[in-house]
Amino acid sequence: MTVAAAPPLLKMTGIVKSFPGVKALDGVGLEVKRQEIHALLGENGAGKSTLLKILAGAQSPDQGEILFDGKPVTLANPHAAQRLGIVTIYQEFTLAPDMSIAENVFIGREPGRGPFVSWSRMAAETEKLIRRIGLERNPMTLVRDLSVAEQQMVEIARALSMDSRVIIMDEPTSALSLAEVEKLFKIVRRLKDEGISIIFVTHRLEEVMEVCDRYTVLRDGRNAGAGSVSDITIDGIIRLMVGREVNALFAHREASEPGPVALEVKKLTRLRTAQDPHATEIRDVSLHVRRGEILGIAGLVGAGRTETARAIFGADPFDSGDVFVDGELVTIRTPRDAIAHGIGLVPEDRKLQALFLSQAIRTNVSVAALDRIGHFGIFVDEAKERGLVEEYRKLLNIRMAGPEQAVGNLSGGNQQKVVLARWLALRPKVLIVDEPTRGIDVGAKVEVHNLLFEMARSGIAVIAISSELPEVLSVADRIVTMREGRVTGEMLRADATQETLMAMMTLGTTSRAA
Amino acid sequence: MAEARQSAAESSSVDLFGFLARFAPLIFLVVLMAVFAVLEPRFMSSINLFNVMRQVSITGLLAIGMTFVILTAGIDLSVGSLLAFAGLVAAAVAKGGMQDRFTVGEGGVGYGWELAALAAIAVGVAGGLVQGFSITRLKVPPFVVTLGGMSVFRGAALLFAAGGPISGFEHDFTWWGQGKIGPVPVPVIIFLVCGLLAHIVLRYTRYGRQIYAVGGNPEAARLSGLNVTAIICSVYVIMGFFAGLGSFVLAARLNSAEAVAGTGYELTVIASVVIGGTSLFGGVGTIFGTVIGSILIGVLLNGLVLMNVSSYIQQIIIGVIIVLAVAFDTFAKSRRRKV
Repeated sequence: MTVAAAPPLLKMTGIVKSFPGVKALDGVGLEVKRQEIHALLGENGAGKSTLLKILAGAQSPDQGEILFDGKPVTLANPHAAQRLGIVTIYQEFTLAPDMSIAENVFIGREPGRGPFVSWSRMAAETEKLIRRIGLERNPMTLVRDLSVAEQQMVEIARALSMDSRVIIMDEPTSALSLAEVEKLFKIVRRLKDEGISIIFVTHRLEEVMEVCDRYTVLRDGRNAGAGSVSDITIDGIIRLMVGREVNALFAHREASEPGPVALEVKKLTRLRTAQDPHATEIRDVSLHVRRGEILGIAGLVGAGRTETARAIFGADPFDSGDVFVDGELVTIRTPRDAIAHGIGLVPEDRKLQALFLSQAIRTNVSVAALDRIGHFGIFVDEAKERGLVEEYRKLLNIRMAGPEQAVGNLSGGNQQKVVLARWLALRPKVLIVDEPTRGIDVGAKVEVHNLLFEMARSGIAVIAISSELPEVLSVADRIVTMREGRVTGEMLRADATQETLMAMMTLGTTSRAA
Repeated sequence: MAEARQSAAESSSVDLFGFLARFAPLIFLVVLMAVFAVLEPRFMSSINLFNVMRQVSITGLLAIGMTFVILTAGIDLSVGSLLAFAGLVAAAVAKGGMQDRFTVGEGGVGYGWELAALAAIAVGVAGGLVQGFSITRLKVPPFVVTLGGMSVFRGAALLFAAGGPISGFEHDFTWWGQGKIGPVPVPVIIFLVCGLLAHIVLRYTRYGRQIYAVGGNPEAARLSGLNVTAIICSVYVIMGFFAGLGSFVLAARLNSAEAVAGTGYELTVIASVVIGGTSLFGGVGTIFGTVIGSILIGVLLNGLVLMNVSSYIQQIIIGVIIVLAVAFDTFAKSRRRKV
């Protein structure tokens, strides 16, 4: 009971943070003790990222209290957080590749006198820091020449140089090999022994069991549970992560008898390249979808779902694998090729990847179908074009002022319907929808789901990718799970539960769940 | 419901802003002309106004091409140099070689104006194609490629002309720069006809739509199945076409082609396009705006000349106007983003 005398190092209570349309955090608490490795867990969209941003001082909470060392603090900006000793190491590193290790460690805080940098002191202090965590490199080595794991150690060294008391690691193991993960765990344990607390965000639950002392699970912006890792099992954590009642609004459909296979992918593989060392790899992904069927792909962030979709669609090149449309081998190198073979993609980020925000709804709908509404293949028939917009406005119930309204002025749900209209106008055989309801309100979600059902009924083969398990479970007829670039399982919707899917997504085996 | 109302309110205020943004150049032009008319009576004479239009037509032709380029969020700094080079080639063709290049007047042994014009346009198109290819295949940013092109074409022009001008063409050649149809100078007609054609292409054709799409969001355009590489390459070819055409008209008007022709045109041309409301960020702009912008710049320069303002100060004014126009565009863009 002596522990009770010392207050926890970090205590957040009643944290509320709203964004337009969503309450990301609704009264969340987090308590991190001294010298502990604390796992922060939750599904995609549970509120982890928002909580981390608040801790890093990148966002301010609307309500709530943060106690550090027993004293109330406000983390008004990243600098304030760092002064307290709260340092975040992001998944995407923030190193300057063409500068040395030493320069990166001390960037903005170079030791020296007046305006002059003392290179010798900087090198010596960097040397000390990197030796402490076992990085055997010359401090003057360029960061570009380091492996991903070594770059991560430079980030850790930088955190140490700031006299950190809490180091937050966001998915630190996602880009590491097994041996590198072991090495990282050793470093993390050593830091703990030196008196530093670690907040560890990961999707790999085995790692939580191996290295973490305590855990906090978030779900839908609230606390779902917290406690000692020694008191819980992986299955228990999974239950906490998904344990919401399935939303009654999300209706199933009666799956009709699916038709012949429309799209089949065999052993699709895309590896990282030197230019893009953080890219998610996909390895030997094989799957198929039939006409009139909705195939769901479930997986956590970084599982390779989006990368699979983009590879099939020709948006990114892939290294090997075959794509068959209606049983025939096809060559797809660009989205043009994919479209010519009747494949469409509604990408995951509609604002960046799909919409021309400052342009009219009319041109946004017709952009891919211009050759079908023209004269002589040269001119666009604007009357036909308006007819097309009107047709899909009615069909998809798009709420808009008129066809000339800029698409950027529509709500998220209506923007997504505009993207769907663009693809439906092409009458595709296969439509891949990546996160079809991200960032849109519940009513619009139901509408989008019904549209997917309607597409399947009309004979389109639909592949639906979603981070939200209830969505996958309500929309799909059959579900494929992925983890770390590989397909880890497949089941019919009727046989699947959130728990079985989550197990397949986090553990990579079906046997455990069964 | 509340959301719908809010977005409707936002869209109406944005549309008002958009309306002002769209007609601001025209309003500015009218005000400027009124001011000059009051300050300097000679300004409103029909001779002066046609003279302004004749001057505007060369940079205006280039500005039409530049609109295509800037709509894709590109830039072409080489226009003045390419114009000089293409003009010299056209002149040499018209003179049938480099022998009697200084003979002023008629009676030469050269080829007709048709071949000369074709040669100018061919040089422009080839220059544009090389630059477009460098931008899309070698992935060098347009700014760098055309900055290089600016130097390369100027050097080529100087080399070709050995430093001197080529002057003295047949009457049917110079008619394209000096002639009139009724009261209207021929270059003005060429400028307005090209403007109309470009307007039709951008507004009513698939290709035009694709340019806006590529400029508005290249990734979305690619994922919608557009051949983004070909479209970007093509706008530099179009720019080259107008540089070639402009060089022919300029040589005809001056009855001479020289290697230093078109120096500094890139600034005037880009200013015309940007003042006309085309966004340097791509995806937004019209030919109508560019025509107004070109006339605006022409009127401004002409008025300043009539009022005996030194050409040094004119340069300063043009520079300030470019920065202000882009600042306005950035502001308009942030307004669009906020939605």
